[in-house]
Amino acid sequence: MAYTEEELKKELETKEYEYGFYTDIESETFPNGLSEEIVIAISKKKEEPEWMTLWRLEAFKYWKEMVEPEWANVHYTKPDFQAISYYSAPKKADPNKTLDDVDPELLEMYKKLGISVDEQKKLQNVAVDIVMDSVSVATTFKKTLAEKGIIFCSISEAIKEHPELVKKYIGSVVPKRDNFYAALNSAVFSDGSFCYIPKGVRCPMELSTYFRINQAGTGQFERTLVIADEDSYVSYLEGCTAPSRDENQLHAAVVELIALDGAEIKYSTVQNWFPGGKDGKGGVYNFVTKRALCEKNAKVSWTQVETGSAVTWKYPSCILKGDNSIGEFYSIAVTNNYQQADTGTKMVHIGKNTKSTIISKGISAGKSQNSYRGLVQVNSRAEGARNFSQCDSLLMGNECGAHTFPYIEAKNKSAMIEHEATTSKIGEDQIFYCNQRGIDTEKAIALIVNGFSKEVLNKLPMEFAVEAQKLLEISLEGSVG
Amino acid sequence: MDLKDKLISSFMAFENNVDVEHPVHEVRMAAIKNFEEKGFPSKKEEAWKYTSLNSIQKIDFSIFPKQENTIEYKDVKRYFLHEIDSYKIVFVDGIYSSYLSETTHDGVDICLMSSALTKPMYKPVIDVYFNKIASKDESLTSLNTAFSREGAYIYIPKNKMPKKPIEILHFSTGNEASLMLQPRNLVVVEENAEVQIIERHQSLTSNDILTNAVTEIYADKNAIIDFYKIQNDAANASLIDNTYIDQKDKSVVKVHTFSFGGKMTRNNLNFFQNGEYIDSTMKGITILGEKQHVDHHTLVHHIEPNCESHQDYKGIYGDSSTGVFNGKIIVDKIAQKTNAFQQNNNILISDKASINTKPQLEIFADDVKCSHGCTIGQLDEDALFYLQSRGIPQKEARALLMYAFANNVLTSVRIPELKTRINKLIAKKLGVNLGFDL
Repeated sequence: MAYTEEELKKELETKEYEYGFYTDIESETFPNGLSEEIVIAISKKKEEPEWMTLWRLEAFKYWKEMVEPEWANVHYTKPDFQAISYYSAPKKADPNKTLDDVDPELLEMYKKLGISVDEQKKLQNVAVDIVMDSVSVATTFKKTLAEKGIIFCSISEAIKEHPELVKKYIGSVVPKRDNFYAALNSAVFSDGSFCYIPKGVRCPMELSTYFRINQAGTGQFERTLVIADEDSYVSYLEGCTAPSRDENQLHAAVVELIALDGAEIKYSTVQNWFPGGKDGKGGVYNFVTKRALCEKNAKVSWTQVETGSAVTWKYPSCILKGDNSIGEFYSIAVTNNYQQADTGTKMVHIGKNTKSTIISKGISAGKSQNSYRGLVQVNSRAEGARNFSQCDSLLMGNECGAHTFPYIEAKNKSAMIEHEATTSKIGEDQIFYCNQRGIDTEKAIALIVNGFSKEVLNKLPMEFAVEAQKLLEISLEGSVG
Repeated sequence: MDLKDKLISSFMAFENNVDVEHPVHEVRMAAIKNFEEKGFPSKKEEAWKYTSLNSIQKIDFSIFPKQENTIEYKDVKRYFLHEIDSYKIVFVDGIYSSYLSETTHDGVDICLMSSALTKPMYKPVIDVYFNKIASKDESLTSLNTAFSREGAYIYIPKNKMPKKPIEILHFSTGNEASLMLQPRNLVVVEENAEVQIIERHQSLTSNDILTNAVTEIYADKNAIIDFYKIQNDAANASLIDNTYIDQKDKSVVKVHTFSFGGKMTRNNLNFFQNGEYIDSTMKGITILGEKQHVDHHTLVHHIEPNCESHQDYKGIYGDSSTGVFNGKIIVDKIAQKTNAFQQNNNILISDKASINTKPQLEIFADDVKCSHGCTIGQLDEDALFYLQSRGIPQKEARALLMYAFANNVLTSVRIPELKTRINKLIAKKLGVNLGFDL
């Protein structure tokens, strides 16, 4: 292309958020505000059993006593919790109908996003449990999964059909009073995904959920619970896009993973919530609690590509409780314009010979602030614990910031912990080298960024890797002048 | 009465003994107000997450020594770097001991803070430098500022260099059941001047001692400063050491901290780079045993472009000791071409020892090279076997490996006699009889 960098920069600055359209679907929305009545109403609406209602109310009680955390390295106007509607469901949603019955307008919207349900169904071999404004509207491949004994459904369905599993595990990894947003989620979660892999079963396909925030002014409170029974394996994908909005939208999800003895869970996220305009207006607040519990010989690996959200506050963690368990965290966080991200992981070594790996790549451009905050904790009984952490930051332009706050706590002498972090910009000599070989600067940067994030991209499942790579390019193009 | 209240009421008694007309008095008043507001930091504060001052606050410390105590040189000779000639500023229980000291006004001023704060001839320097870089916000620094009366005053004018290194020693005799000391030091090194300083706090008894020291260091253009801190105190001595360093263009400041003892040691080492082409180095060796606790907090604030900072801290933790390292590097938006390096390596040699480390980077400029590395590990069993297979007993072999691990920090010590002394201290701390001068 012949156009200059200046032109490209201009084009990209004026470029609207690609997925910033709004589909007009009639929604059934609760009045704004939060009270015990609303919590009960949500529970009633979802036809939940009594124990669940009580569980929610208890969480609400804790939440009222808690204060919003302020330690994160982000600055934003605090959401007004009384100005949010806590429930919104597309009116026509009916979990029993087939794909053909789904509102054509909805399907059209997914098509625009390139995640057409039937396309997914036929071509991708991916079961998609689409969550749109809090209620699952289509679940596919249920049959194939059911044959193997795998349960993959919405959490509200699971509460009704598999109460024994939900009752046993919900809140076992992220307790109700864990933190402010987890408590809020526990009280008002509208829907989410539930997944159970039976003993010794290897899930034949990648399970995937697409989240969307659609209705203006509605917070989305997803609850995900994945249970991998002994010696099973599952790979779970989560991807997000959200339409442009001027007011901030709150997203406070809770994800709980339970990997029993010898199980393996691979949890991948591509997060592309609306990051706010280039003047820093609007955008999604993403305050998520994600945590995994690893029993003996279990393995959990978190992979995430974060390009969206105005404010991100997210620490997918692993509690390595069982001996020989393994926790992994691979992350790319890209921030541009006025985005702020405070993300990282916690690895808590409790069992013997537990291992953890942390690879975090932060890329900041524009006026954004990107922080890595991590904790590696080796308890006194965790003989032979091993950790390797690496967090690298790439800075583009002199108005952004990159920060690292790694906490390392070792209480066992046999622990081996390594941590390294670097911060740098894209080397002029690297760009020069590419230019010299006929690669223009913009392409050279894409190439270098790709190389920088390769270690993490490689960990993503095929379908996601392509999407993620594309996202990276969109998020960063033109940010280097 | 808890320690905070006691300190605040003691301040009134303190005022009776100082010149309240002097401009410094206003600084003191503002400082005690800040301390009164904030009090002692608690574990809830991020900077004090891993270090508790609770047990210290329960001790009934005397704020002022009741009498002047003397000690004989022969009793304390071993704490001096007596192999070489040096200027000495010695305090016994917080009171200057002219008998043990050797000060000078020959071209440079190596004397006392008390005279600098009272005599008119020093007023221009005090006006410009006193309490300028030290934090007015941090409560323990404020506490020291409020009670600032005595300490070392070192002023090196343009193009000068003292003929010999300066030793600052603080002895406590234990004549009081428990004593709190608050020395305040000021070091001003002008353009092209150079100085070497060795500082040591030494308790001579097993009585409780709490030292809350503040040192302000100003390095003007091209100045060179080497500051060595030896912390090998008795089992009941605690030290909170706050050091603030202001550097101008092309100055080189190195601070070495050797922490081998004491009950609780907290080092707050703060560098502010107010100029270009500055080099700041901070290195430390920490070897702990028993129930000792050392907390190193470093801050390097890169304010101007083209500067460098190097940090290298090694720690060996045995018995039930605990160590903390918190290294913070801030690179401002305009501080382009900054090179900031930070290294923190730790070895745990006991099941009950623990280490908490937090190497922290806050970077707002893009054209920088910043890195930090942090490891926690053990001695290499293969290396140990190699040494043992060549007839070196296990204990000595371990000591050798640990020495090798920490040795990198010693390479930049520029006084050979001091290096030998540190080697001996390390050997003693590791319980072996080795020279290490291999």
